[in-house]
Parts: sequence; structure tokens; C-alpha cells
Amino acid sequence: MGVTQKLGDLGVVTTTLETAINWARTGATWPLLFGLACCAIEYMSTQGGRYDLARFGMELNRASPRQADLMIVAGRVTRKMAPVVRNLYDQMSNPKWVISMGDCASCGGVYNNYAVVQGVDEIIPVDVYVAGCPPRPEQLMHGILTLQEKIMGERIKEWA
Amino acid sequence: MAIDSALENKVTEWVGSVDDVKNLVSERAISGETMLLNLGPHHPSTHGVLRLLLELDGEEIVTCLPDVGFLHTGIEKTIESKSYEKGVTCTDRMDYLAPMSNNTAFCMAVEKLVGLDVPERAQVMRVICLELTRIQSHLVWLGTHAIDLGAMSVFLYCFREREKILDLFEMISGQRMMGSYMRPGGVWRDFPAEFVPGVETFLDEFPSRIDDYELLLTTNPLWLDRTQGIGVVEPDVALAWGFSGPTLRGSGVNWDIRKAMPYLGYENYNFDVPLGEHGDVYDRYLCRIREMRESIKIIRQALQRLPGAKGGFRSENRKFCPPPRAELGQSMEAVIHHFKLWTEGFAAPDQEVYVAIESPRGEIGCYLHGTGGNKPRRVHFKTPSFMHIQGIPLMSEGHMIADLVAVIGSVDIVLGDCDR
Repeated sequence: MGVTQKLGDLGVVTTTLETAINWARTGATWPLLFGLACCAIEYMSTQGGRYDLARFGMELNRASPRQADLMIVAGRVTRKMAPVVRNLYDQMSNPKWVISMGDCASCGGVYNNYAVVQGVDEIIPVDVYVAGCPPRPEQLMHGILTLQEKIMGERIKEWA
Repeated sequence: MAIDSALENKVTEWVGSVDDVKNLVSERAISGETMLLNLGPHHPSTHGVLRLLLELDGEEIVTCLPDVGFLHTGIEKTIESKSYEKGVTCTDRMDYLAPMSNNTAFCMAVEKLVGLDVPERAQVMRVICLELTRIQSHLVWLGTHAIDLGAMSVFLYCFREREKILDLFEMISGQRMMGSYMRPGGVWRDFPAEFVPGVETFLDEFPSRIDDYELLLTTNPLWLDRTQGIGVVEPDVALAWGFSGPTLRGSGVNWDIRKAMPYLGYENYNFDVPLGEHGDVYDRYLCRIREMRESIKIIRQALQRLPGAKGGFRSENRKFCPPPRAELGQSMEAVIHHFKLWTEGFAAPDQEVYVAIESPRGEIGCYLHGTGGNKPRRVHFKTPSFMHIQGIPLMSEGHMIADLVAVIGSVDIVLGDCDR
């Protein structure tokens, strides 16, 4: 309604291509249906009725990395799993973003030992880190909103 | 770096050959008559990072080879470098759907090792938390199991109720999932005033919610088609493979550690152990549904028992349990105990103990070997998911590939529990 009032009856809106594309991308970032450990359960809660991730255009989880835009690394990445995570990331088509959900994915968490990769950023580039063990659904949603802000700020000349 | 080399070799394609699995699959796979299919580790219906190598004849599974370890976190080793009280935090993250059960198994092992008594009130509080944990774990299982078999809406209803239990957990421990609420000698803090009324409200409404789930599934012809006669396990086979929990009871074996080797005063509670008859996916489903109803009965009895239970929420033995904050300003001895416990922890004798409890998934056992110092020499967890993953080939071979998904859901595996 607000938009119509501003537009009047003209039916025309002017913007930059950059803003239009970024806006389109923020509203429909499809995440990869991919969970590793405890954080994946909180991620499922975020998808559930109470937190309702669909409000952010994110309800459509894609099981295939080819169709996904966003990888939410939910849980600890172990050394055995690291090549698989990297493989999944490589299979996603551009543009793609990564949220590192939880302490283990962000920095290894309490597991500073032989088995756990000390942060998923050792193997893939991360856009947003979400702290918590596991993060509450609200924290994950804040991470997603932060990512959307980041996407809105992307520049056309930086697109590869 | 190990990772770098792993990445170089394995990122883009599988560099191995079929000879690598020659002894594991049949001759027909080598000749190309049957197909090898890699299911997982990234696959939504494997309930975590489980990889299954399947040999398929058309849609029929000839061989199924589980590959575990994708979530091996070194939790046992990490606990060995921590004092006993700090170790509790790590146990939460093993079976992340039943953190309180892991906490309790570990704490009971520590208590047995050092000979620490738990007050009656703390035991009742533990029972309430354990049974709430059982309900919330079964809710996640039901939601994901149903979504795997195409019943999408059940997930939303299950998570609606689960949020209410998580609210209760947050109330007592400050964390939704990983509360580390159980501590050696009792629990972290007393229940806040709002907790018991909150549990009662939940218990009042929850039975009708289970009716709702059953209305959606129990007599649904689609659900029956997908679950009945699938993944049948005979009772003696289930015992031989070391199954426990609802997966074993679905085959009709009456074995529940709460009844067989009671702990935390479970012998004083009146509840039934639901048993299946056929040992198929459907019977395991019914067992878990009925278990939720039994848990409600147990919690109700525990709530009645709570006001009259003797003792506090944690042992008064100051050598093992820290003094309350208020004492620190008044007693020098309390300050010393506080300092000793929070800097080096307490010492446990050079002995070994094993404690097993009934987690939502089955028998979770904690083996603990002390050193005489403040850290354990060896911690080992016997976890139900590890046993049940071994049973997946047994249940799925000869069935269609879609039935494998039903089997995986029905044994309710958690890979954090299996790999640790």
C-alpha cells in the first residue's frame, strides 16, 4: 500500500540495476538443506512454526547444491567431513553465500582437538558468522538479516 | 596440513576405483550388472552425516554398507583433558537430541567413581528432566521420520510442542538445548517457581497433541503401506546385534534399563514398557508414540513426589559440590572449597566404573577410568546409535531404496551419538 501511495498512478519506479538485482536476491535466498550437528536442530526449529523462516523468503530448502544460493554450515566440521563440505560449496552455482552457524563452525568451539576443523573458514569463504552453542533461532535470523544487508551492499563492478 | 592434502585429492571427483570395495559388494557389482550408489553424507534423510554405499539391482537393495565417522569430534578425548565437572559440558553435544541423558550418564558414572550420594530431591528433578528430554527427542524423531516418508505437516506440529519443552529447559538451565543442567552430585540449580506450573500446563495439553499426531499417521493407509512389514528384525537377531531402546522393544523384547536395572528411583514409578510384535518400522513407531504417553505418567508422578522429596537439589558434600554463592561472604572454608573446585576440580580414584541409563534412543553407557587425579584416564561412551547403524543393512537389504529411508528414520539414529 505504501508503495502505491508513493508511486501514485504512474506505475513507474526508477532504480539502479544494482539495487534491483540485489533486492531480488535478498528476498529469495534458497539455503542448502544441509546439517552437520546440534546447530542443524536449531536450524530446523528456525524453520518450524514458531520462528517461521519463511518470513524472510527462505523456506525453500534445496537438497541439491546446484539449486542453492546459501550454505548454512550448521555444526562442527570434522576432518573427515571437510572435503565433502568443500565439494558441496564448489557445486553451488554463483552467486553463493555462506553463513557459519555456531561456535564450532566459526572457530572450532570447545573442540580444539585432532578431529575438528578450527573454523569452516579454513576451507570455504564465510560471509556471516553466528555465535552461540548452539545459536538461538533469533540469532540465526539475525545472521540471515545481516547477510541480506550485505547482499544489498554488493557492487555491480565487483561481480565476477 | 592433513586437510589440504585431503582437499586436493577428493574435492572434485572420486578417485578410487571399484576394486576398493571388491570384497564388500557382490561379484555382480564388479561386472556392472548391479549399480553402486553413494547415499550421503550430505543427504537430508540420513538424519545427519551418515554415508551409505548401496549396491542396487534396479530399485532393490542388494548390499548396504554404512560409513560412519563424519561427525567424529573427539569428545571422549576432550573430556579426558578436563576436570570432571567441566566434562559434563562436552557430553551435551554427543547425542544432541538428548543432552540431559548424556549429562546424567556421565554424572552418574562420576558419582559412582567417587562414591557421591545424590539427594532424593535431585533424583526426582533428574527424572522430570530426563522424561521431558525423552518426549522432545521423540518429537524430533517423529517430525523427521514423517517428513522423510512424505507426511510434511507432522513436522510443524511436533516442533510446536517441542518449543514448549525447550522453553522449560531454558527456564531451568538458561539454554534451550545444551543446558549442562546435570552436575555431579545433583543438578545445577533448583527449579524456578514458574517451572512446575509450566510443566503441568504442558502435561495437560500434550496428550491431546499426541492424539493429533496419531490421527495423522497411525491409521493412515499411506503410512501403513510405507511402514508395515518393512525392516523386520526378529527378537533374537535384535539382541544379537546389541540393539536397545525402542528399536529393541519394537521387536517385542522387554528390556528397559529403567525397569531392568533401576536408577534414580525409577523402581518407585508406575509405568509400562510398550512393546511391539512384528519388529517392523510401524511397531517401532508405535513404541515411541506410546513411550511419550508413559513419560507423561512418569513426570506426573515425579511432580507429586517433588515437594516431599528429602534433601536439596545438589549434594551437600563440599568436597565435590561447590558451596552456594551466599556462603562465600561468610565462611572461609566455603571460599577454600570454591577455589579448589573451580581451579583444579576434585580427584577420583584410580578405578573403573560403567553406568548405563535408558536414553530416548536406547542404552547409553559411560565407562570412566579415574587416575587418582582430577582428570579421567579414559572416558568411553557406549551409544545406541552406533549399534543401530550396524543394523541398517540387516533391515534394508532386499527392500526397495525408498524403504531404506523408512528404516533409517525408524531406528532414530543421531550421528553425533554414533561418532562422538
